[in-house]
Amino acid sequence: MTTPLSAYLTLALILFCIGLYGALTKRNTVIVLICIELMLNAANINFVAFSKYGLIPSIHGQVFSLFTITIAAAEAAVGLAILIAIYQNRKSVHIDDYQSMKH
Amino acid sequence: MNGEFVAFIVLAIVAISGGIWMLNLTKVVHMVVSLVFTFLSIAGLYILLSAEFVAAVQVLIYSGAITIIMLFGIMLTKHQDHEKKGSTRKKIFLFASILAFAFSIYIGIYNLDIGQEGTDLHVNNTEQIGIALYTHYVIPFELTSVVLLVALVGAIILAKKEEKEEKQDT
Repeated sequence: MTTPLSAYLTLALILFCIGLYGALTKRNTVIVLICIELMLNAANINFVAFSKYGLIPSIHGQVFSLFTITIAAAEAAVGLAILIAIYQNRKSVHIDDYQSMKH
Repeated sequence: MNGEFVAFIVLAIVAISGGIWMLNLTKVVHMVVSLVFTFLSIAGLYILLSAEFVAAVQVLIYSGAITIIMLFGIMLTKHQDHEKKGSTRKKIFLFASILAFAFSIYIGIYNLDIGQEGTDLHVNNTEQIGIALYTHYVIPFELTSVVLLVALVGAIILAKKEEKEEKQDT
């Protein structure tokens, strides 16, 4: 008995939901950023799982997950730079304090 | 119950419990460190899925680089270090809606089983990825390097203090 595809998909679903819940409820901006990284990771598990157990198993799923990891790293760096730039103005990292574009 | 399934169960439990700890701990640094367990066990899952190169990249980028850069972000921004409590009603509403979302996706995937298992993915895995990157994906690969360069320059410009305007003000 090998591990079925649905087990990997379910694990990725659970991790995605944990990341989504954290990104929507946590008040610290750094934690919100790293929760988004967790959601991207769950999507990567799906890519690699389908590259092995999908309709046409091939290497392309792994290559695509490499591209996703690259973009995620760039996104983390830019997000953190924006966070530091806001922190220099507002002296706060709580996401409730960033609402000057709300109205 | 063979060894692969047992390894999958152990790695899945470690990954999910890392996420649960991240949600429940109160100190920010502890949250980031608990997510390292999740990232490492995801790397183990990639090895189970015969993607050794992606597993190595996962360890290097996620549990190395991104965790360290997030710790830098926590250390550089001084704050009260504890999570404020949000409103409980909003959390319950969000939890219920995410549970409904997860259940509706789970109905779609719980007995999904398509096709055949890839058998030659683990043979010279890095070589296969390299050949695919430099033949079929050359243009996206080069565009990715441009994206990384732009992100690097943009991050430096954003995080730098604007000294000229301060001098003009004084």
